[in-house]
Amino acid sequence: MHLASTFTISFRALRRNAMRSILTALGIIIGVGAVIAMVSIGNGAKSMVEAQIAALGENVLLIFSGSISQGGARSGSFGAGTLTVDDADAIQREVGTVIAVSPEVRTGAQVLANGLNWSTQILGESADYLGIRQWPLSDGTMFSEADTRSVGKVCIIGQTIVTQLFPDGSPIGQTLRIRNQPFKVVGILSAKGLSVQGADQDDLVIVPYTSAMKRVTKQTMLRSINVQASSPDTIVKAQNDIIALLRQRHRTNEQTDDFTVRNQEEIAQAATATSNTMTLLLGAIAGVSLIVGGIGIMNIMLVSVTERTREIGIRLAVGAHGSEIQVQFLTEAVVLSAFGGVLGILLGIGASEMLSRINHWPTLVSSTAVVVAFFFSAAVGMVFGFYPARKASLLDPIDALRYE
Amino acid sequence: MAAVVQLEDIHKIYDSGEVQVHAVRGVTLQLHRGEFMAVMGASGSGKSTLMNTLGCLDRPTRGRFLLDGVDVAQLDRNELADLRNEKLGFVFQGFNLLARTTALENVELPMLYGRRRVGAREMRERALHCLDIVGLSDRADHFPSQLSGGQQQRVAIARGLVNNPQVLLADEPTGNLDSKTSVEVMGVFQQLNEQGITIVMVTHELDIARYCKRNLIMRDGSVVSDIAVTNRSIAEDEMRRLREAESAAKLTA
Ligand SMILES: Nc1ncnc2c1ncn2[C@@H]1O[C@H](COP(=O)(O)OP(=O)(O)OP(=O)(O)O)[C@@H](O)[C@H]1O
Ligand SMILES: [Mg+2]
Repeated sequence: MHLASTFTISFRALRRNAMRSILTALGIIIGVGAVIAMVSIGNGAKSMVEAQIAALGENVLLIFSGSISQGGARSGSFGAGTLTVDDADAIQREVGTVIAVSPEVRTGAQVLANGLNWSTQILGESADYLGIRQWPLSDGTMFSEADTRSVGKVCIIGQTIVTQLFPDGSPIGQTLRIRNQPFKVVGILSAKGLSVQGADQDDLVIVPYTSAMKRVTKQTMLRSINVQASSPDTIVKAQNDIIALLRQRHRTNEQTDDFTVRNQEEIAQAATATSNTMTLLLGAIAGVSLIVGGIGIMNIMLVSVTERTREIGIRLAVGAHGSEIQVQFLTEAVVLSAFGGVLGILLGIGASEMLSRINHWPTLVSSTAVVVAFFFSAAVGMVFGFYPARKASLLDPIDALRYE
Repeated sequence: MAAVVQLEDIHKIYDSGEVQVHAVRGVTLQLHRGEFMAVMGASGSGKSTLMNTLGCLDRPTRGRFLLDGVDVAQLDRNELADLRNEKLGFVFQGFNLLARTTALENVELPMLYGRRRVGAREMRERALHCLDIVGLSDRADHFPSQLSGGQQQRVAIARGLVNNPQVLLADEPTGNLDSKTSVEVMGVFQQLNEQGITIVMVTHELDIARYCKRNLIMRDGSVVSDIAVTNRSIAEDEMRRLREAESAAKLTA
C-alpha cells in the first residue's frame, strides 16, 4: 500500500467528519497551546531575571544579615541586622581581592518637595554603590566619600521621584525632605524600569549610609553589604575570605553563622530555580491536558473503527493485510493529533504574543518547545491511536462484512 | 487439466454458544477453468456459506479445499488476503461498495492492496477498462449513492474483475435487480466467461441459472443435484428480443 494513498484515505476520513475531527483535536490544540504559552512566559521571566541579575553589577557579592537555614527561613533579624559598619570597613581593609564596598541600610519613608509628598524607599549606600551596581546617572554627580564621612545631607534620586516630586524643571540642587530632614539633590539615576516582580526600580532615594543611619533610620546595624571583587576569577576567593573574616569577627561557625554571603551566580541560580520550577509545573499541567486530549482521540478512533467496520471488512476482503488496516487508522490518529499540535503551536504563540502586548509580560517563544510540542502531540496520536488501530486490524473479514 | 477449485468433503459448522448450525455438510466438487456454475437452493441451504469458503473469506470447519492446487488450510491470514487479492474476485450479496468513494476508486481498491505495486496511472487505466466492460465508464466519478442498484452491482463486478482473477464469485448478483438489468449482468458474465474466467454465482431464479453452464442445487448444506445446462440462454439474444419487444410496444402504443 502506498504511503500517499494511506494519507489520502486518512485525510478524507477526517474531512468527512470535519466537526468531529476539530472537536477531537481541540484537546490537543488547547494542551499544546498551553504548553507553548506557558513555556514562553516562563522563558520570558527567566531571561528577564537573568538580565536583572546581570544588572546587579560585575563581580558582585552580597552579604546579608542573618543566615539562611536549611529550611530556607532566615534566622536573625533581617531589618536591624547583625552586620556593622566596622564589618564593612574590615572587609575593605583586610580582603585584598575586594575593590569596592557599600554598606547598605534600607527603609521606607515619606519624602516631600515642592509641597508634594511621596512614599518611597530610602537606601543608605557608600559612594561606590553605583560603580558596583553599574548604574549610571542621567544627570548630576554621585555624592562623594567626603559626604559619607561628614554624614552629608545629600541624595540622588530615581526617575519616579523626579516625575512625582519635581514635575517642572531640574531637581538638581533642590531640596528634598526625608522625615523632615532636608537633603540636597545632587544626582539623578538613569531609568531601570520594572523588575520581574513588577516593582518600580526607579522609585527610590539614595543617601550616604552614614546619613541614613544617623538621620533617617536611627539604627546602628546594616541590612547588607554590597561588595565588588576585582575580577571574575577572584570572586570565590573573595567570598571565602569574607566568610572567614566575618566568622572570626562574629565568633561564629558554619552552624551559628549570623550572616550570608552570596555571589551573583548563586543569586542567579536561586532566581532561575524558582522560575524553572514554575515552568516545570506549568509544563506538567499542560502535559496532563495533552494526555486528556489523547484519550479524546482514542475515544473517537474507537467510535470510528466501530462505525467503519464494514469498510474494514471490504478492505480485508479485497486483500488488505491487518497491518495495512492498522497503519491506516494509526495514520489517521497521528494526522489528527499532529494537526491539533500545529494549531496548538499557533494558538500558543498567539497567546504569548498577546500577553506580552497587553500585560507587558516578557515572553520568549522557545523553538525547542515548539519542536518538542509537535512531536509530542504526534506521539500522543501514535500512543492513543494504537489500541483502536490494533482492534481494527484484528477484525475477521467475514464478521466485519456482516456487521450492521 | 487440473481443477481450479477442488472441494473434498467440506463441512462448515457455526458454533454460536448453545446451538450448533451445520450449514454445509460434506460438499465435494471440482471446478475446471472456464466453468460457469449457478448455485441454487432454498434460503438457508448454505449457499452463501459455501461461497464464503470458496472466496477464502471463511475457513471450513472440516474438509480439504485446494485453490489452484494450493491447500488453503495451510495459509495464514495474510497469505489468504493475498490469495483473495490475486486469484479471486468476489461480488457480494449487498454490493458492499465504499460509500462516499467514487465508482472508479471503488474499482481501484483491490489494486491498492496488491503486493505488486501499481502506479496511479496504471490503476486508473485498468479500473476504467473494467468499468468499460460492465458499461459504466461514463459513471466513473459518481458516488455509489448516485448510482442505481444495477449500476452499483456492476461497479462491484468491475471491482471483482480488476485484478484479473481466475475465479469470479458472485453471491446473488441479480438478487436486487429487475429482469432486464439481470439479463444485462448475465450478459457481462457470459462475456467474461467466454474470455476464460471461471464463474460461480448464487441465484434463486431458475431462468437466470439457465444462462450458466452448470447448475448445482443445495438442500440443508448438501449438494442434491449437479447438472450441466442444456438449451442454455444467451443474454445477447435475450437482450435483442427484449429491445424488439420494447419497440414493438412503442409502435402499437
Ligand atoms: N455467522 C453465522 N452464525 C451462525 N449461523 C449462521 C451464520 N451464517 C449463516 N448461518 C446459518 O447457516 C445456514 C446457512 O446460511 P447461508 O447464509 O449459507 O444460507 P443461504 O443459502 O445463503 O441463504 P439465502 O438464500 O437466504 O442467502 C443458515 O441456517 C444460517 O442461519
Ligand atoms: Mg445467501
